[in-house]
Order: sequence, then C-alpha cells, then structure tokens
Amino acid sequence: MPTAPAGVGHLRGDRSFPRAAEHELANDQLRRNLGHATSTIRAKRAAVVAEVPDWEALRDAASAIKTAAMAHLPELLTQLEVNVTARGGVVHWARDAAEANRIVVGLVRAAGAREVVKIKSMVTQEIGLNEALEADGVDALETDLAELIVQLAGDRPSHILVPAIHFNRAQIREIFLAKMPDVDPDLTDDPRQLAMAARAYLRERFLRAQVGISGANFAIAETGTIGIVESEGNGRMCLTLPDTLITVMGIEKVLPRAQDLEVFLQLLPRSSTGERMNPYTSTWAGVTPGDGPQQLHLVLLDNGRTAALADEVGRQALHCIRCSACLNVCPVYERAGGHAYGSVYPGPIGAALTPLLTGTTGHDDPNSSLPFASSLCGACFEVCPVKIDIPSILVHLRAREVDAERGGVPGGSELAMRALGKVMEHPRAFAAAEVASRAGRLLARDGAITRLPWPGSLWTESRDLPAPPRESFRAWWARERGPGSAEAGVSPADRRSAGNGSTESGA
Amino acid sequence: MTDARAEMLARLDAALGSAATERTATERTAPENTATVTGGGPVPDVDRDYLGADSTWETATTGAALLALLTERIVDYRATVTRVTPDEVADVVARLLVGARRVVAPHGLDRSWLEVAAAAGADVVWDGPSQVLSVRELDAVDAVVTGSRLAIAETGTIVLDAAADQGRRALSLVPDHHICVVRTDDVVRGVPAAMTRLDVTRPLTWISGPSATSDIELERVEGVHGPRRLDVVLVG
Repeated sequence: MPTAPAGVGHLRGDRSFPRAAEHELANDQLRRNLGHATSTIRAKRAAVVAEVPDWEALRDAASAIKTAAMAHLPELLTQLEVNVTARGGVVHWARDAAEANRIVVGLVRAAGAREVVKIKSMVTQEIGLNEALEADGVDALETDLAELIVQLAGDRPSHILVPAIHFNRAQIREIFLAKMPDVDPDLTDDPRQLAMAARAYLRERFLRAQVGISGANFAIAETGTIGIVESEGNGRMCLTLPDTLITVMGIEKVLPRAQDLEVFLQLLPRSSTGERMNPYTSTWAGVTPGDGPQQLHLVLLDNGRTAALADEVGRQALHCIRCSACLNVCPVYERAGGHAYGSVYPGPIGAALTPLLTGTTGHDDPNSSLPFASSLCGACFEVCPVKIDIPSILVHLRAREVDAERGGVPGGSELAMRALGKVMEHPRAFAAAEVASRAGRLLARDGAITRLPWPGSLWTESRDLPAPPRESFRAWWARERGPGSAEAGVSPADRRSAGNGSTESGA
Repeated sequence: MTDARAEMLARLDAALGSAATERTATERTAPENTATVTGGGPVPDVDRDYLGADSTWETATTGAALLALLTERIVDYRATVTRVTPDEVADVVARLLVGARRVVAPHGLDRSWLEVAAAAGADVVWDGPSQVLSVRELDAVDAVVTGSRLAIAETGTIVLDAAADQGRRALSLVPDHHICVVRTDDVVRGVPAAMTRLDVTRPLTWISGPSATSDIELERVEGVHGPRRLDVVLVG
C-alpha cells in the first residue's frame, strides 16, 4: 500500500528520536515553557472534563462513530463528494502530498492570486504546501498567531495546539521587529501588545485576500458540511472574506451524520484547550450565494492514510481529532518537545501515526525510532477523547520494526537478546550467571548500578540497573526448602507427604 | 482526477479487505446527478448512551435556571448579558451603541430595535441583497447588531445561521463590536439539543465569547480577530 512519499512535506526528521531528544533536552527554555504549558492545559482540561457527567459515554460514542466511519470510508467519501458537488463545491482527490500540492497550486493560479491567507492546518504542513506555493511565487501567509510567529522566524512548530510555545515573549518581540512589515518600533514584549501588532498586520491581509486555504476539523458526508474549530477568528476571516476557498482534508476526517457533531463538539474543545467551547466554530455546506466564498474546493488527501487503514491494529490512529490532549500528558513529550519527533505530528499520536503514514525503511530511518519514543505509561490512552489505544499501537509497531530486521545482520540488542535467551533456556547456565552477577554488587551504589563498562554502558548510559541481591531467589528457595527443590519445584511439605504415602486427614 | 479518485477508492477497498464487486455501480460513478444524498445511508448508527437532546439533563433545565446558566457562562467569556423584555430592546441597544457613529444591521432584523439609536444620531446601514457593503465599508463600521438562531447555556455559545435577521457571515465578523440579540425561547441547555434545531446545510457560526489566543507564553489575550467586544441582549 503506497505510503507518504519521502522528500515532500514534513513527516520525517533527519535523525532518530533518541538523538534528536538528546539535543532538545539541552534547551532549558523549551523545557520550562513546555512544562508550564502542558501542566497548565492539563489542569484546565481536567477541570472542564470533570464537569461533564457523561464524558465516558461521549468517548465511547466517538470511538464507535470513528470505527464505523473507517469501516465505510469509501462510501462516506463518495457520499461527501456528491453532496459537496450538489451544493456548488468542487471535489479533488490527491493520492499523495505532491499531487495535493499540484492541485492547490493550480487552483491558486487559476484564481489569478499571488498571495493567499491560510488558517492553521496540520495537513497542509504535513504535505509542505507553503513550500510548494512559495516555489510557484505565491506568498502563503499563516494567519494563526503562533503559526505566524513560527513562519516569520523561519522555524518549525513544536506543538500541535500552541506551535510557538518554544518562544518566549522577548523572542517573539524580536521576531516581529525584524520580520513584520510596518511594525511599531516601540513595540514592547507584553503579550497583548504583540497580539495587537499581529492583529493590525493580518487585518490588512484579510481585507484584501482573494484566496483562502484551510484544513478541516471534520466533514459530514450526509450533507457535505465542512467545519473549522478555532479560537482567534483568523479562521472566520479566511473562510468568509476571500472569493475562493480551498480546503485540504485528510480522508479520515469524514463523519457520517450531522448528529455526530454533538459528540465531537463536546469532546474537542474540552480536550484541546480545556474550555467548555472554543470561541469560534464555523461550518459551511458548499456555496451560499451572496455569503462567503463563491469558488469552493475540497481536496481529499490520502498520503499514507490508506496504508494506515490497512494495518488492523494501527488504523485506529486515524480516529485522531487532533486535540493534543495526549501531548499534554506525555512525560516524554513534555521533556523532549515536538521537534524531537521530526514530524508535524509529534507526541504519542505522532509516534503512532507518523510511521503508519510514511512506512519505515529499516533502523536507519528516523521514523523507525518513533514507536520506541514512549515509556508506555498509558496516560495518552486515558485522556484520548476518541479512546485510541496508543500504547498497543506502539507495541505493535515495535514488533513490526523488530520483525523487519530479522534475517539481516543482527544489531546489538538482537545479539544481547539471543545471548540472554540461551542463558535462560539452560538451568545450569542460568545458575552460573546468577553466581557471576553477584560481582555486580561491587559496582552498585545506593542499591543501583549506574555505570558499566562497554557493552554494558549501552544500557547504563540512559538507565540504572538495580543492584543484584546478596542471595538470589533460587538460592534462597534451595536454602529454605532443601537441596534439589529448586530444580524439582517441589515443596518440603509435598515431599514429606509423598514419602509417607499417607494423606492428610482428620483424626 | 478520475484516476486519483478510482485509485484511492481501490486502495480503500483493499485496505478494508472488502471485495470491489460489493460496491454498487451508483456508489462508484462520479457525481453527475445534482440531487443530494442524505441520511446516514451506508453507515449503521452507533449506540448513543450519552446525554442527548431528550435526556432529563436537557429537558429538566428550563426557565430562569436555564437563563441564569447561560448568563453565567457568557459572562465568564468576558461578554456582557442584558436581560430585557421585548419593548426594552431598542433602549438597551441604543445604550450599548453609545460612541458608535456607524452601525450595520442585516436587512431582516427588527427595525424597531435600532430606532432609539438612530434617533440619538447613529448612522444605521442596512445590509442586504439590494445593498451589499464592501469589505472596506464594513471595516469602517463601528458596530453590528444581529439576531441569532439559538444559544447553548452549558457552554455560553450563540449560534448564527445567516438567516435574514442575522445577515451574511462577514457582517458579524469585520466590525469590532457585535451586539447580538438572543430570544429566551431559543435557549437550550446542551449541544445535542442545539443540533436538533440547527440546519447544517446553512453556514453556521458558533460564537463563545470574543476571540482569544494563548499562543504567547500561554497568556490569554482576548480579541485577536473578529469583534473584540460582544454584548448579548437576552429578550423574552
């Protein structure tokens, strides 16, 4: 099944997660900002979720709706296309990122526009649309404040929901002063002033925009309705003022019924920003004469989603509604940050979804390290509004990686596992190894071995080993229960009654 | 694009392990007919055990308690709520419009609501099919007054559906001050009840407070784009 092609878009970093994370961990400011951001949103989310008396029932329904939608994706997409077309929209199908970019660039050209305004859209980042537009001489302006900051800085987003969290206010002020046209030179770093500077700059662009580009939070097959959930109002601006609107949407976002919105519009705001409802949600079904864009396009994107769907364990990753609740509870993400994953989809869901979309090509492929970027604590599964069992997907993908390596030149961990396997299969070898390991007590301090010479150092450079006990369990058992009992597995009581030939009985 | 469409549908069939022959011919052809396809259709509905529109949670919250909840939730978003009787609307609107020189309203809005403001000197412009303000003209307007389709008390949300008394979407977006009239009969408690009253084939705008961002160090800043001032007039 074709996966997302390499060389286009942003689904793969240039180094493995452990290497990238090691680099990111050194960034104190990122860790501070991220720790503050994630703990703040965690608390807000917990508070508003606690208010909802039927939260678990909503999660169950959402999971069921998504499962049903995936199982009927071809019919739903066809139905969506009929309804969007009937209401004056044009539907395009894109097999991969390159095709989607070609389609959008073509549409912008056909509209005669040299600049477009964009709503924050993960899928357009995924396919590298801005780069494709720039290459065609089109100025693609990000209008979400954080995306604008990241774009002006020439950087990459580090979080699904608050992409500029790795910048502090002083840095943002610097970025605006350096890169924002017509900015007030006396601009301070007060967040309100910064936001107002962005407002003024963007407002002019909104008012003259001819083409808007968006993603989609959902599309309703039975009516052809598409929806955007946002906070700032830049969405409404891009969706309402330009004459042409181009929406790029992953095929997994389609929902069967309008009624399904009552589930997701409760789950999404509370899970993502920890609010009862986000400031603005906009929905539209095709073209409304005299109101909003009169040229409407919907680009349905595959780019590896069918490959993910083909994986029976992995396909539930397609249920994701991009709330980022999993990022905010993940102990790994909180410390490493989004850049370490190398993909526009970071954190727990990113570790699962990214390798499913791109496929992996062996242990040199950075994406093959993503399923291992987890302690499997399961916090993500607990908070996921659509109940994606991320830990199970990650374990499944780890097995996939290990299986893919079999039969080739064994790596270090495979050799270690083989050696360990041989020792554990043979009781005498195991007993001998236990005796030998006691020497490790010499290396221990405060009950732990924190440093071993090579090859043990490969383990201890990031993990501690508990110090071996004075006496192994098997030795204790043999001492307590009599010699030979460790091998026979028979207790002294059993041995006595068997030897007497008598059974336990009353008087 | 037929190649891409056919290939993607074929990939989906293969991924789901379903035989391509199971699909009927009508599901496979490009949409030449213009009739819309409604209903859940191909997908069986799921169990919905959550609190729906007909639950006691929804139906038992009515009257003053419902309106008090709505008010509390809207005020929490830093918008104002003024409770009035129908004959008081014009006066309250005029009071809220103090300082506004130019006001736009959709052509289907109750004209009497703006009489007092107009008498006090506000220049009221009625936007409609025969008079469509340009984006720049909207930008020069100080305030907009609209009706609404409904309000959701639990979340403090007001929904507009672009009907004649609410106008096209740009009207409630570009001006910096939005005065929104909500009828008490149009207030529901939760989102499921709201969905039973909304037509998603119309352009819908769900408004829960003024716009906001927390993108800079997570500090919430209100009013980025869209009206920075929202006043709700609750009439009934």
